[in-house]
Amino acid sequence: MTVTRVRIEGATVRYGTGRHAVTAVDCVDLDLQAGRCTGLVGESGSGKSTLARAVTGLTRLSGGQITVNGAPVRRPRRDVQLIFQDPYASLDPRRTVGQSVAEGLGPAAPRGRTARTDAIIRLLDQVSIEASTIGSYPSELSGGQRQRVALARALAAEPAVLVADEITSALDASVQGSILNLVRDLQRAWGFALLFISHNLAVVRYVSDTVTVMYCGQIVESGPTKEVLARPEHPYTRSLLQSIPSLSRLATEDLTDAASPVAIPAQVAVRTSQAATADPADPAAPPSGCRFHPRCAVGPLNRPDRTICLTSDPARDAASRRHHAACFFAAPEPGADAESPAHLGPARNS
Amino acid sequence: MRSRSRWLAAFRTPVGVISSILVLALIVVAIVAPSAFGHGASVDDLRQALRGPSAQHLLGTDALGRDLLDRVLVATRLSLIMAALATLIATVGGLLLGALPAVTGRRAGALIGAFINLTFAFPGLLLAMFLAIIFGLGEQGAVLAIGISGIPSIARLAQTLTASIASADYVTAARMLGVRRDKVITRHVLPNIAEPLVISVTLSLGSALLAFAALSFIGLGIQPPGYDLGELLNQGLPQISYDPAASLGPALTVVIAGAAFNLLGDAVARALGPTAVPAGRRRRSQGSAAPASPPVTSGNVLAVDDLTVAFPGPSGALTPVAGVSFALAPGEVVGIVGESGSGKSLTALGVSRLVDSPGVVSAGTLSFAGADLLTRNGPAVRALLGTSLSMVFQDPLSALNPAIKIGPQLAEVTRVHQGQPRKDALARAVDRLSAVRLPAPAKLARQYPHELSGGMRQRAVIAMGLMGAPKVIIADEPTTALDVTVQSQILDLLRTVQAQERAAILLISHDVAVVGQLCQRVLVMYAGRIVEDLPAAALAADAAHPYTRALVATVPDMTTDRDQPLATIAGRPPSPASLPPGCAFAPRCMFATEQCHTQRPALTSFGTRRRVACWHPQITEAAVPLAEGTVPG
Repeated sequence: MTVTRVRIEGATVRYGTGRHAVTAVDCVDLDLQAGRCTGLVGESGSGKSTLARAVTGLTRLSGGQITVNGAPVRRPRRDVQLIFQDPYASLDPRRTVGQSVAEGLGPAAPRGRTARTDAIIRLLDQVSIEASTIGSYPSELSGGQRQRVALARALAAEPAVLVADEITSALDASVQGSILNLVRDLQRAWGFALLFISHNLAVVRYVSDTVTVMYCGQIVESGPTKEVLARPEHPYTRSLLQSIPSLSRLATEDLTDAASPVAIPAQVAVRTSQAATADPADPAAPPSGCRFHPRCAVGPLNRPDRTICLTSDPARDAASRRHHAACFFAAPEPGADAESPAHLGPARNS
Repeated sequence: MRSRSRWLAAFRTPVGVISSILVLALIVVAIVAPSAFGHGASVDDLRQALRGPSAQHLLGTDALGRDLLDRVLVATRLSLIMAALATLIATVGGLLLGALPAVTGRRAGALIGAFINLTFAFPGLLLAMFLAIIFGLGEQGAVLAIGISGIPSIARLAQTLTASIASADYVTAARMLGVRRDKVITRHVLPNIAEPLVISVTLSLGSALLAFAALSFIGLGIQPPGYDLGELLNQGLPQISYDPAASLGPALTVVIAGAAFNLLGDAVARALGPTAVPAGRRRRSQGSAAPASPPVTSGNVLAVDDLTVAFPGPSGALTPVAGVSFALAPGEVVGIVGESGSGKSLTALGVSRLVDSPGVVSAGTLSFAGADLLTRNGPAVRALLGTSLSMVFQDPLSALNPAIKIGPQLAEVTRVHQGQPRKDALARAVDRLSAVRLPAPAKLARQYPHELSGGMRQRAVIAMGLMGAPKVIIADEPTTALDVTVQSQILDLLRTVQAQERAAILLISHDVAVVGQLCQRVLVMYAGRIVEDLPAAALAADAAHPYTRALVATVPDMTTDRDQPLATIAGRPPSPASLPPGCAFAPRCMFATEQCHTQRPALTSFGTRRRVACWHPQITEAAVPLAEGTVPG
């Protein structure tokens, strides 16, 4: 069996025409590999869900191409499966758990009633759903259980690529953990290539081997998870990381006097100068040059001399390195940023 | 069976009973009448021609001396059969046409949709008359004409319903699994649009009956010697001045039959439609024996003791919030954290007296800024709440009226509650918009809510809360709908507001980290009760309740060990309808003993302002010195 490889090359998705055209995904390059989890992070409007639909063939590309083992994806195919965000909408309310999972069984699946039931029970077992649930309707299940059934249905198609689009964001905290564990276990057992999409960096960090950060339809940074999150080079990635509320950081930073209720929390410390100000860019009217420049802490907002950010788009010719950021002033620390464009070409850093 | 009891309940209503009796009667007449009254209806007796009503002929006789009542009863069969056939044609044709756009490509689908809309715009009866002439007069022509003219309305309904199902995630999933389009229609689409269609089809049976009567009445339907109700009406009309019964008899039958099916449609709709909360049986829940004395110190801006929110349920009252007690000191920032269904949002609504009927709020104490909200309930309290308590909800768009510009909308707060002149109120609105760090506030005040981004709208809502002099800001999931970077801005803003306005904040969130970030003190809720009250700094490592500890452990953060599986909590929270007698968390708790399953632990105080409701609290040494007054760090 060949090792699955998904190549996304210059993928562009445009909605609408003329003045109303919106480029949701703009010239994105990305590779997915069997047994690897690629995390995709971004805020609303970043194009991450559109890219997910393009990978599954649900949305047609306006430019570029996506291939699975060399074959271009043009329409939905059984070896590329998608898990949805809302477990309450992804199962037909009028069909039983067994019927829903059976839908995933393909032409190669065993014939005959008992053989098929056995296959369904085996799949349910993979996602830790009891065999007795086979006749239950979705309304009898919790959100977490429904998400498990949706996973079993996708597994029935024996996917080479699984796209998980915000699969835990509709779930409660105590359920999220078990679904993340399950996804990791399934990937190890089945070896599919996993594209894991989330707005939650901590969740992406936990499941992904590599992480890709999208902003306003473009990839701004990607690389091995550990490196990107420990030494983020793009100012946007840094602002994302700084925005994450964290209890462990609180425990080390907090000096609040619990006995005095009126004290202002110590965390009021001015972090805002580093975090992104203003709202995320609108893909319908992307800013000129670097799309992040109106919010960038190290861009022309604070450094008027950096006019290149206003005129050139650093994401346009992204160099594919192990760890790269689409930024003229990419640097691991905000203080240590290069004084002049790292090279003549964008997005190179040494 | 739930669905069966719903049918029974729907048909026990007056509408259900009347419509079923009428429809049953019509069916019996249709079956029995031709054999029972066929003789009187068809045999000519010219000696009896054109007689008025008498004991022998209740509705009189027609021009050939046939009994009109017999004829009306016999005609019912033909009318019903034709109506049923026409409805069948309309339903099958409508379904096929309406579902077609889902099967064909996008362009063909749009064309079919336009065609359906075009035909739908054409008056149904006019279309029927037109078709009746084309198909020829008589039974067959009438059925085809009315059947086909009924297609557009069913097709349009089917098209709309199909389109909504066709974009559902489970249909997308089926497409990705390679399920054929026709299978998708029969497997997913048809079963899910069946309910509204059944209602519509029942209703159209009634209108088909009326349409046949109309068609025959104007002579385009059944031709003599055949007769249906409309044809009888047509025959009787010339004599209406001296023999009204001859036309009123069939007319009344048509009305009754039409009404019967329309009412039946209503009853079916009630059985299949969304369930309403059964009214009545509102019971005031008795306040459960107040457990721990709430840490009410004088001077609290908000004091809540034994707050209970009850809703009528199918078997007795449900209490999604029970025995909640807490207090907010002026300027204090307190969080309520819990999973969905824990009662955290209802607690906030109960405190601000915003629980909608049939919910009932009861409490031992509910005082806000010195005013007792339980006993006093008038314009004074409303004005106090209006200016001193502000609410921020998850969805800023629904908190703002889309039709009013931002400035006037904010100005309304002080104009209504403080009688501030329009100009001053507008000036204050602009000032408040700049206080929440919105750029160009004067320009923004002239914009509509939809022109703002999500983060800006949430700022505007917070600014609205700052129009008065808020003593408490209740923020219910204020950042859940926002992006991470925007969330951090809004949290920063709330901090600033708290510092500048000295307002206390009650932040409700499902996200432990968000609550921990902003708050000084955190109330953890589970199954409608506060299970722990602790300083935010203690959340990470020093929580006493096993649930708090488990909740914190399950949320991955940027330091979670990626090589270990995430901690999980087995099981799921109990529903308010089936709460266990003991601790609600006991079935999922690793420390649970026999006592936990049988006795509910009270919320008891320990340490400095800490409370926990647990038989086996995990109190570490770090919490104990705190109890003795030593301030760490």
